[in-house]
Amino acid sequence: MEILVCLKQVPDTEADIRPTSDMAAIDYAGVKFIVNVYDEYAVEEALRLKEKVGGKVTIVCLGPDRAVEAIRTALAMGADEAVHLNDPALLEGDAYTTALALAKVIQGMAYDVIFCGKQAIDDDLAQVPSILGEMLGIPTVTNVQKFELVGDKKAKVHRQVEGGLDVIELQLPAIFTATKGLNEPRYPSLPGIMKAKKKPLKALSLSDLGLSEDQVGSKGALMKVVKYSLPPMRQAGKIVDGETPEEKAAKLVKLLREEAKVI
Amino acid sequence: MAGVWVYAEVKDGKVKKVTYEMLGAAKAMAQKKEEPLCAVMIGKDISSLAPELGAYGAERVFVVEGDAFERYTTGAYTKAVCELVKQHQPSIILFGATINGKDLSARVAGRLGVGLATDCTEIGLDDQGNLKVKRPMFAGKVYAEVVFSDRKPQMASVRPNALGVPEADPSRKAEVEKVEVSVSPEEMGYQVVGFEQVGGGKIDLTEAEIIVSGGRGMKGAENFKMLEELADLLGGAVGASRAAVDAGWRPQSDQVGQSGKVVSPNLYIACGISGAIQHLAGMGTSKIIVAINKDPEAPIFKKADYGVVDDLFKVVPALIEEIKKLKAQS
Repeated sequence: MEILVCLKQVPDTEADIRPTSDMAAIDYAGVKFIVNVYDEYAVEEALRLKEKVGGKVTIVCLGPDRAVEAIRTALAMGADEAVHLNDPALLEGDAYTTALALAKVIQGMAYDVIFCGKQAIDDDLAQVPSILGEMLGIPTVTNVQKFELVGDKKAKVHRQVEGGLDVIELQLPAIFTATKGLNEPRYPSLPGIMKAKKKPLKALSLSDLGLSEDQVGSKGALMKVVKYSLPPMRQAGKIVDGETPEEKAAKLVKLLREEAKVI
Repeated sequence: MAGVWVYAEVKDGKVKKVTYEMLGAAKAMAQKKEEPLCAVMIGKDISSLAPELGAYGAERVFVVEGDAFERYTTGAYTKAVCELVKQHQPSIILFGATINGKDLSARVAGRLGVGLATDCTEIGLDDQGNLKVKRPMFAGKVYAEVVFSDRKPQMASVRPNALGVPEADPSRKAEVEKVEVSVSPEEMGYQVVGFEQVGGGKIDLTEAEIIVSGGRGMKGAENFKMLEELADLLGGAVGASRAAVDAGWRPQSDQVGQSGKVVSPNLYIACGISGAIQHLAGMGTSKIIVAINKDPEAPIFKKADYGVVDDLFKVVPALIEEIKKLKAQS
């Protein structure tokens, strides 16, 4: 079975993210980068599927030079090979241009199942897997919490919806976006890290994809950020005083009702 | 190109509240653009819900009904929206940033090849009448002002509770236009063959107006019962920090924060949550934040409007009693 995983490198969740002083970009100075949290579940599910039915897991990643580190992490977890879409023209795009570049490279590859994270925790768009599915002409099931193969051409998955899980069946090939709860991602082992260094990692530029500069990056983007800002600062408010927990609770309820007017 | 549209999501025979919030913002945009304000409603046996959207300014509601739309599927709903867009060519479409609203809007964006901003907290127009939005990134650590290319419709999904529900005028009814859309099994993409309920949560966290949330300080799954009681009394939902979810005390769907849900209720009560940066990012836009924690140094107090420094196992039961008293009076 040919299994692909779309992977993004993103700032660590611990990172304090701030705009540059002109508010025109994000200041990444000193920020540590990690594999997107939801993509780790995608990699793990791909590895489990391969361990069950055999085949190959290929990582597809769009990102700058530094993204190689995230790709190596996925290879160290056990993925077999990787394709890195690395071209300055591809950066600064949006969900549409990213999906377009991914679709171009994936169209030339064999695939039965494509796993993605449900969203990248940096831009939080949650769009690329759906747009990619549209471009490849295959279904995308988002927010998957459980994945099972049925026979060799069908999948049965649980999709997180309000109040529960939809049980969904479909023909492959298809895209599935992983959410927390799908599995517990493994850590790369030491031998895994050693082996990862020798695994095939192919870098592709814009011309390899057969796309022109005005189709991708900021030129091809259908939306763009014109200004960043920080959320309004919250001032620390009142500490509710009182002799006993009961007294504090009574005061709090009074404040919520009469001052904040929220209950 | 004409029309400002709002996708009116229906769940369990009810129009989602975020629909009214969007209609409020969309009405002002439609007036400024001098274009009609319309809504799109998809489902089974739902047309009786359509006229009431007039109370919030919708002039016309396009209703797509039938067995194929009884349960949400990406394929069927995407086809319905895209057929309507082809016929009427709206300039702007807004969706609620619910689980299905995000799924649908992303697929529609892909099919139409148009821009989509996810989870917006502010919606408006620029001087040329193009959509301009503000949206959080990095789970709310940073906000971005976003503009769109000329490709129409320009689309956004709007975070529930961000805009507020406008005043209704129940005397106004929207005109209803039923539209036939047929969906083949291939177009459906996948089949929903069942549903499994998870937890007792009736209200989705992202849409709840009041959230009572618990963290590491809750010490165990069983202690969340009192948070559930408090949430029930307040008509709210129970959330959890990553620590509480990772400990297995709460389902993943309850997690608030950067690797969980981003919420902005009117009232967020954090019990035994210290306030890691990922958690603060996920609930920082709540209107009122209450923190109950026995550690006065907990970072959550820097964000809280009201802080109670005490043992939550004493404060929460006392709160429950106070709320019960309040309810008995009214």
